[in-house]
Order: sequence, then structure tokens, then C-alpha cells
Amino acid sequence: MNADSFIACLYIFTLAGFLGYVVISRVPPLLHTPLMSATNALSGITLVGSLVTAGAHEDTVSTVLGLIAVICATINVVGGFWITERMLSFFRRKEAPRKEKE
Amino acid sequence: MEHDFIEFSYLAASVLFILGMKGLSHPESARRGMKMAQVGMLLAIVGTLLQKQIISYEWIVVGLIIGSLIGGAIAHFVPMTALPQQTALSHAFGAFAASLVGIAEFHRHGVELTGLKMVAINFEVLLGSLTTTGSLVAAAKLQGLMPGVPLTFKGQNVFNFTLLFVALAAFIYILAVPGATVAFYVMLTIAFIFGLMLVLPIAAADMPVVMSLLNSYAGLAAAATGFAISNNVLIIAGTLNGFSGFMLSVLMCKAMNRSITNVLFGAFGSVSESVATERTGEMRELNLEDVATQLAYARQVVFVPGYGMATAQAQHVVHELSETLEKRGVTVKFAVHPVAGRMPGHMNVLLAEANVPYSQLYELEQINPDFPHTDVSVVIGANDVVNPDARDNPSSSIAGMPILEVDRSKSVVVLKRGKGKGFSGLENPLFFMENCGLLYGDAKGTLAKLVQAVQQA
Repeated sequence: MNADSFIACLYIFTLAGFLGYVVISRVPPLLHTPLMSATNALSGITLVGSLVTAGAHEDTVSTVLGLIAVICATINVVGGFWITERMLSFFRRKEAPRKEKE
Repeated sequence: MEHDFIEFSYLAASVLFILGMKGLSHPESARRGMKMAQVGMLLAIVGTLLQKQIISYEWIVVGLIIGSLIGGAIAHFVPMTALPQQTALSHAFGAFAASLVGIAEFHRHGVELTGLKMVAINFEVLLGSLTTTGSLVAAAKLQGLMPGVPLTFKGQNVFNFTLLFVALAAFIYILAVPGATVAFYVMLTIAFIFGLMLVLPIAAADMPVVMSLLNSYAGLAAAATGFAISNNVLIIAGTLNGFSGFMLSVLMCKAMNRSITNVLFGAFGSVSESVATERTGEMRELNLEDVATQLAYARQVVFVPGYGMATAQAQHVVHELSETLEKRGVTVKFAVHPVAGRMPGHMNVLLAEANVPYSQLYELEQINPDFPHTDVSVVIGANDVVNPDARDNPSSSIAGMPILEVDRSKSVVVLKRGKGKGFSGLENPLFFMENCGLLYGDAKGTLAKLVQAVQQA
């Protein structure tokens, strides 16, 4: 990794940070638990790195480490999205909408 | 061509992730948002599988199947009361995956790794490993496998700083001497131990802060992985997670009136002596029938749920009581404190599961002006979040913590298991106030009796 690509990564990181700040500060406390499980699912994106490690077939140790990583990351992705879905299905407004919650 | 498609799939995934998070700004749009995030994740995975570096798929398929089965089973069967431990566990899984990818990278390319790339891998492994063990301890504490009290020992801070110093030395050594295997594994081991040390001293009631912090660390570990393999979608998703966790920690801190530095460095030695207000008067035990009559003829009733409601599994019967009251024309509201429960927003999910519509769930700032117009406030298994000492007594250890001002309502009914103090061990002057009375016993049973009594009133 050279300095240029590091700077490019740093750009993405910084901008994603600002974007995250703006987007996530709008999430109401009502949905903080689903937010946590959803971001958990997102952090399962390490699956991208894990898949390459497991599939590159360079040596046994890396493949084993990769396999375990794939399992862990998949648990996060599948479990995270699934449970978020389950939680969100509970939230319902009453028949007669009263005071709106922001 | 293939490469372009892969990069494009990552870009699309990043956009979909951001839209997904944006959807969470409202319960109405949240599920649609999550659908988008799911499609994004699928795109990212398909894109990755097309990469030329991947030459064999058998282990990948095995891993994906096992992971899906375990993840699906956990998500499908875990009861909503156990959400905090489940979330802590999944922090551990996510962080461990990041850590393993870093270890594998070092194992394969050890000597070739220099400079910034090695810095990224170091961060990935450090954050990933300490989050793994930290989250496992948190999960064990939440599940009751370990005592929820702070576990401390003499010289803990000295021990921690020594660890930190050695880890830092190893970190620098690896950068100076590429492929320094011993230093790398020393650092790795310390990171695992450090995770334990970070969470062991933390009390169960402080868990919301720790949970958010671990959430943030798990995300940052993923972002560091992105730096290590120069992959933008990892950086974006990891950063979103990292920031979300960080912001939740800040919110939780504010809700407990703790400083941000206190949180950033874990909650080392958070125990402080406090002076409770001299209690005046007696705790008054109420008669169940009287409470039922009071509730039945009230104009407005506010329920204040705490972790005790979750442990007593009382959320469904609370909803039953609220419906019974509403049928009689009583206005019913629920007041949810940001740190009620063991993770941010936990009470909201429990009440929503019990069919309480979210239009009845109120946040602290919304409900506090409403308490003076409230006839009866019913506190269910909550203590510190309604302790008026936080507002009135500057020498209390929770001074300055925003509270739900139930003491301003016309009368307060507190459902309590026994006469003991709360988790924090603080005396709560609310219980000695003239307008406050207590109903002892299991919250679920008491509430069920109240439902019957209200129906007959």
C-alpha cells in the first residue's frame, strides 16, 4: 500500500464518517436497538475480506482462518439482518394515528 | 470488465447501505431501508466471489452455509428480552472475523508487509481482538453466566497500563522489523487480554455505554480491514458502524451524565462514593385495590419501564393493563429513559413486541413536561432513572443525570421486588416521598392482579 492509496482510503473514511454522523443522528431513540443490530449486520462486510482469504487457497493455515472468518462474518450478516427485520415487524402505529413522533 | 463489475457492485452496495441507514430515521421507512441494505450486502458478496484471487469455492460454500444456519437460528429463536446478550455475541463474531482476516494476512505476507499497510493490519487485529473478548465478557455478564458486579483487583490500572505499553512497543517493533512474528503474536495476545480487562470492571447497569462502545470498535475493526486490503465498501460500512456506535455511546453518556473520556478509555474505576439525601418519612406500602381504583379513575397514567420489567417478562401484561385502562377512557403513555435496560432502545423493542403502538412511547424530553398533568405514574422495575437525587442533590453519584420526573406527577406507584436498593446500590428518595407508594412482589403477578382489579372497579 503506497501513500496515495492510503490517502484515498483516508478520504473515504473521513467522508463516510461525516455522512454517518448526519444520517445516524436522525435515527430516533425508539429505533436504537434495531440500529445497533443493523450496523452489526453491516460490519459483517468483513465477509468480503474473509471470502478472499478462504478462497485464495494459499496455504492450509490461511484457508482455515479464512473459513472460520467466513462463518463468523456470515453469522453477523444473516443474524443481524434477520433479527433487525424481526424487531422492526413489531413497531406499528395505532389505527388512529395520534401525535406524530419524530 | 470483470474488475469493473466488481468495483461497481461495491459502489452500489455502499450507496444501498447508506440508504438503509437513512431508512432507520422512521419506523415506517425502516423495513424498506433494511431491504436495500440486504440487497447491498448481496451485491458486495456476489462481487467478491467473482474476484480472480478466489480459486476454490468449496470452503467458502461450507462457511456460508454453516454461518447462515447459526446466524439464522440465533436470530429466529432468541427472545427479545435476551437482545443485549445476542447483540454482544454478534459484536464478538464480527470483530473476530476482522481479526482473523488480519492474522491470515500477516501469516501469508508477513515480511512483505511494511509501513501504512502494516499499521492498518495492526489496528485491525488490535480492535478486532479486544472487541472479541470484551464482547464475550459482556455477553456472559448479561446472560448471568458471570456476576454483573464490577470485578476489580489491586493494581488493575498498573497492570492495564503495562499491557498497553507492551502492546505499543510490539506495534512499533513490527513496523520497524517487517515480519516480526513474535512481536505480532505478543500484540495479538495482549489485545485479547485487554478486551477482558476493559469489560470485567464494568457493572451491569453501565452496560448500555459498553455495548455502544463495543459496537463502535467492531465497526472500526471492519474499517481497518478495509484500509488493509484497500477496499472502499469495507471502509464505508465499517465507518458507518463505528460512528453509529460512537454516537450511541455519547448519547448514553449524556443520559448517565458521564464524561466522554471516561467512556473512551472504558470505565476504569467508575465506582465513586456518594452521599444520598437524608431520607425523610417512611416507605408506604400500598393496597392493590386502592391502586386499581386510582388507575381506573385517572385521566392520565404514565408507565415507566426499566430492566426489572424485562427480567420479570412483564411487558405483555403491562400492555394488557394499558389496554384495559384505555377502554375506560384513561390516556396511557409510556416513558422510556435512554439508559433503561441493558442496551440503547431495548425497552422500546420489548414494548413494541408486546403490541404497544410506538405512538404511545415517549422519550425523556417529550414526557417530562407532561408529568405534572399525570394522575398516576407507574414505575416498573426502574430505579436510578427516576431518582430525584440526580436533579436535587449535587453530591449524589448520579447528580446531573437527566431523569424521568415522575415525582412531579400527582401520585407515583412503584412496583418493586423487595425492599432492597437498586443495581447501583443508591438510596432512592422518591420512595420516601408523600405522593409515592410501593407495591411489593413480582411485577408480572402484581400487574396481572391489577388488570383484574381495574376491570372490576
